[in-house]
Amino acid sequence: MKVAVCAQDNHIDARVDQRFGRCPYFVVVDLNSGDWEGLQNTGTQSSGGAGVQTAQLLVNRGVNVVLVDRIGPHAIEVLGRAGIQVYGGISGTVRQSVEAYRQGRLSLLSRANSPSHGGMGRG
Amino acid sequence: MIIAVASGKGGTGKTTVASSLALVAAEKREVLFLDCDVEEPNGHIMLKPHWHKKETVRVPVPEINREKCTFCGTCAEVCAFHALVVLPQEVMLLPTMCHGCGGCWHFCPAGAISPGWREIGQVEEGSSGKIGFVHGRLNVGEAISPPLIQAVKERIRPGILNIIDAPPGTSCPVVRAVKGADFCLLVTEPTPFGLHDLELAYEMATGLGVPCGVAVNRSDGDDSSIRRFCHNNNIPLLFQLPQDREVARGYARGIPAIEVRPEWKEHFLALLAFLERGGYARCAN
Amino acid sequence: MRELVVLSGKGGTGKTTVCGNLAVLASNKVMADCDVDAANLYLLLDPVLKSSSPFYGLKKASINREKCMGCNLCLHLCRYDAIRPGFVVDPVLCEGCAICYHACPCGAVEMIEHLAGHLFLSDTRYGYLVHARLGIAEDNSGKLVAAVRKEARRLAEEEKKELIITDGPPGIGCPAISCLSGADLVLVVAEPTFSGSHDLERVLELAKHFGCRAAVCINKWDLEPENSHALESLCSRHSVPVVGYLPYDESVMEAVKSGRPVIQECSGSMKKGILALWGKLKTLLELR
Repeated sequence: MKVAVCAQDNHIDARVDQRFGRCPYFVVVDLNSGDWEGLQNTGTQSSGGAGVQTAQLLVNRGVNVVLVDRIGPHAIEVLGRAGIQVYGGISGTVRQSVEAYRQGRLSLLSRANSPSHGGMGRG
Repeated sequence: MIIAVASGKGGTGKTTVASSLALVAAEKREVLFLDCDVEEPNGHIMLKPHWHKKETVRVPVPEINREKCTFCGTCAEVCAFHALVVLPQEVMLLPTMCHGCGGCWHFCPAGAISPGWREIGQVEEGSSGKIGFVHGRLNVGEAISPPLIQAVKERIRPGILNIIDAPPGTSCPVVRAVKGADFCLLVTEPTPFGLHDLELAYEMATGLGVPCGVAVNRSDGDDSSIRRFCHNNNIPLLFQLPQDREVARGYARGIPAIEVRPEWKEHFLALLAFLERGGYARCAN
Repeated sequence: MRELVVLSGKGGTGKTTVCGNLAVLASNKVMADCDVDAANLYLLLDPVLKSSSPFYGLKKASINREKCMGCNLCLHLCRYDAIRPGFVVDPVLCEGCAICYHACPCGAVEMIEHLAGHLFLSDTRYGYLVHARLGIAEDNSGKLVAAVRKEARRLAEEEKKELIITDGPPGIGCPAISCLSGADLVLVVAEPTFSGSHDLERVLELAKHFGCRAAVCINKWDLEPENSHALESLCSRHSVPVVGYLPYDESVMEAVKSGRPVIQECSGSMKKGILALWGKLKTLLELR
């Protein structure tokens, strides 16, 4: 069971980042073994559609759960279709967020709680 | 001849002016009214056309053949708009992000993507008395309007007076609507909002090489700021329509200004004469 | 922190004027002007510009003529007719899809940053205002709207403000969509015109489509009371509350003309209407 958390740094005790598409790192924690690894978010460089690109990164990485503060409509649609669960409203550090998830204190998101930062283009 | 009626700001009375102009012009010549404000088409409320024809407007989107797809990820890599995501068992399309550029079907090494179509809105055609009428209607939740505006403009008829009711603002959709017009009538109101947006609209029309003139709506008698702007930029201030509660009520009920205030007809006749003299308008044919 | 987004299906219904008045009444907030096509709110708020930053849109293609061997492949592939004879890219038509960049056999196409507008932060008597200006003919207004909202959110968090009031763009297209998602409440300013119901319905549908709670303010309600009733019944069909009734008042134009929010200038009934509107909004937003 792999859980990815939006983070400001690539460490288990890093502070969480409030953004999804533009957070600099994800910390991916294996709940079974307790191992973790940092993952640089390459989606941040994108000038539009960062959330979608980031979702693609996590799908490729084979994570099962993503912990976020806020997430946009396209990204959550992609993660949902890939069968990845998204929990919202994290704060504090990565470690604290994973603990909150384990204890069932986070709420499952079925809908975006953040605007589409990429816009739709061509408006 | 193609006349675009535009304004930087919404709600200045673009449709009021455009529909009244169409009604006055139609007394003497053939007129086609093209409502390019596809997000909020309102011209039909004033001119009440009978509809003859409706056509769906579509834009290209990728269609993915799952049998042939090898999930190599090329399509998602080349898509500048991030409209495609390669999941373990499917390739997912985010249709509102797709610009229909064709990159994915051109570059797919497995030949698994072909161009398909997605509906973005409709073009409806009809007539109101002697006025021909066309408008576009964008589907709700749809972000892409320029292809629909283009589809409306494809109905332009050479040799007659075409009046384009443009969307408000100065961004891409407005540019699509105004581009290629012989003359652009900028409708404004004598407030700081009106002046600010007039400046932007003037810059837009000038950037497109379309000559323009100004009409003031809801004038309270003091139009000095607009007058100064026109003078400084050497563009004609064509007419001023006064602030009028009855016209506002008429608009609210779908009655064109020219029917509420028949005496305003002279302003539109003067505008038509001005256009015919052709000092500012290059003739379309 | 809460975000109130003010929208209207059609321009000119009084959205910015309503926002200007709310700016005067609300304390502890940040204002955001997301009508990036025609940003007007600053005209009412007497701002002092604090900072300005460039806004880049999607990269656009540029062809290096020295590397180009004239094979015409880019011309053939471009669906936007953005490549003019002589292999010059028209920046207005180029949508930045990069098909030419990927396809060019001699690597002659570069994708370059494209300045699409500016983002501003200003200080006003009523608090901070985040606003922007999009270049003429630019097509990334949705993205700039998102940038304005993001900056406003950052600022509100930093300054511990409890509310963001966002003046949204008119219409139901890309910029309006960018304004909706994640908002706590959408206030739609509607007019009792013949098209008012139709315009309102489209915005309410949009709000529903994106899962946003909406409320409606009827501006110039007394102009055509019958149409106002139609707006009311439309709202009740959509289970959306009508939270404000503002009268048709020619002094509004006078106030706007003098560049001041209406509430400081106008007649009693207008003032009462605005105060009542703000009271209801406060309740809906659960503000103190």
